[in-house]
Amino acid sequence: MTKQERIQRMTDIMVSFIGYTAVHLPDDIISKLGELKAAEDDPAALSIYDMMFENMRLASELGRPSCQDTGFVQYRIECGSRFPLINELEEILRSAVIKATADTPLRPNVVETFDEVNTGSNTGTGAPSVSWKIIPDHDGCEIYTYLAGGGCSLPGHATVLMPGEGYEGVVRFVLDRLAEYGQNACPPLLVGVGIANSVDTAAQLSKEALFRSVYSQNPNPKAAEMERLLEDGINAMGIGPQGMGGKASVLGVNIQNAARHTATLGVGFSTGCWTHRRGHIVFDRDINYVTDTHSGFTCNK
Amino acid sequence: MTETINGKTILTTPVTEEDVRALHAGDVIYLNGDIFTGRDDVHIRVTRENRELPSDVRGKALMHAGPIVKSSDENGFEVVVIGPTTSMRMEKPEYDFIKKTGVRLIIGKGGMGSHTAEACREFGAVHCVLPAGNAVVTALCTEEVTGVEWLDLGMPEALWSMRVKGLGPLIVTIDTGGRNLFAEKKEKIAARKEEQIEAISKKLVSIL
Ligand code: SF4
Repeated sequence: MTKQERIQRMTDIMVSFIGYTAVHLPDDIISKLGELKAAEDDPAALSIYDMMFENMRLASELGRPSCQDTGFVQYRIECGSRFPLINELEEILRSAVIKATADTPLRPNVVETFDEVNTGSNTGTGAPSVSWKIIPDHDGCEIYTYLAGGGCSLPGHATVLMPGEGYEGVVRFVLDRLAEYGQNACPPLLVGVGIANSVDTAAQLSKEALFRSVYSQNPNPKAAEMERLLEDGINAMGIGPQGMGGKASVLGVNIQNAARHTATLGVGFSTGCWTHRRGHIVFDRDINYVTDTHSGFTCNK
Repeated sequence: MTETINGKTILTTPVTEEDVRALHAGDVIYLNGDIFTGRDDVHIRVTRENRELPSDVRGKALMHAGPIVKSSDENGFEVVVIGPTTSMRMEKPEYDFIKKTGVRLIIGKGGMGSHTAEACREFGAVHCVLPAGNAVVTALCTEEVTGVEWLDLGMPEALWSMRVKGLGPLIVTIDTGGRNLFAEKKEKIAARKEEQIEAISKKLVSIL
């Protein structure tokens, strides 16, 4: 393959993948929603779950986006330093958004700040957003994609607590936010909590937490236990699907953590709605791909 | 008109004052007939700029929504996907909007506040939640786009009129008797939150 063919191939796959994730929810979210529905006995909550499953079926059947808000595209890249398209990657991912917007179609949601004009293409200054991690001496590339809805981005928040406030302070920060904004963010939600040094690192980790499977656990046993305690506690608050009450308020709670300054405790908070349109696709140097989020995906180009 | 078919409560427009006064917070209903979309900008035109709606919406349903619409063959429009947006953004102007237009049903996402509740009680209207994120199911409930006005506001903000069949489930959240389900729920959530913060914090002590 020439370089140009590789670029074309990767662009086609990404256009197709973004479109696919707007229409089909990830495997883990579908299976988790099924479990929450099976455990529910509130009639109103059950009728909401029924509607969700009917919507997922029809979206797949008709190839239409599952939600009218197809979000703001966010990428997280973990790219090998020897990946052949490392220099072209951002441009590939940007043009994929423009093409996916026309092909799927996606709703144009991106507005330039201050000029306050909708760009019509879902791209703009810093849009799509891209966060990078370089993997030394590796020739593949992993891409996380996320269509961030407006309603579920609104609860997001970050702060720096004093260490004396401790992990109880983290619990209060998270639960306060959910009590205030959770009902309108289309629960059951995936909750991402970042614990780190300052607002920037904590906020970034809270978003990365949303890229993990709902079935995953933090590798630190204490953090994993806190994920479980938060999940049970938030469910007990009774927010329920669409904020109308019910057994489950969350799909899960994922904590991502990093070290902190001895005098700070940074906390970030992000939420994903039940229509959690995240994807994960891995390329090798020859632009062969695999995805572990969407087992039904094949590039149709 | 209100009827019960196969255990489902179905309202058909024009919805009368009697129809809505018979509804209670928590009821689940479905709608047949005429709806129109209106979000931030439509509300600004009608209430702040004091303009008249281009057509009479008395007895119809207002939906807080911005659809994706495409032109169809016979010089009409087709709804690709549609779903409710956060109703709370329209809370401030909603009292005047209901008073002025005579809508009977307001359909959206999440709850609304005391201005809306007051208008619902006074003029005979209800606010309902349509579960959001179900944009395909909801689009398939729209039989026909019957008109569009104020398209200068852009596709999501324009005033789209549609005929719907079986739109729902609509969960009544504000009724004419002064009940506001979301506000009640929010209070309960806040109380349980305090219990849970305490319970989790206690358990954390033993693991950290
Ligand atoms: S929060 Fe999610 S499901 Fe709800 S309207 Fe926004 S994108 Fe759709």
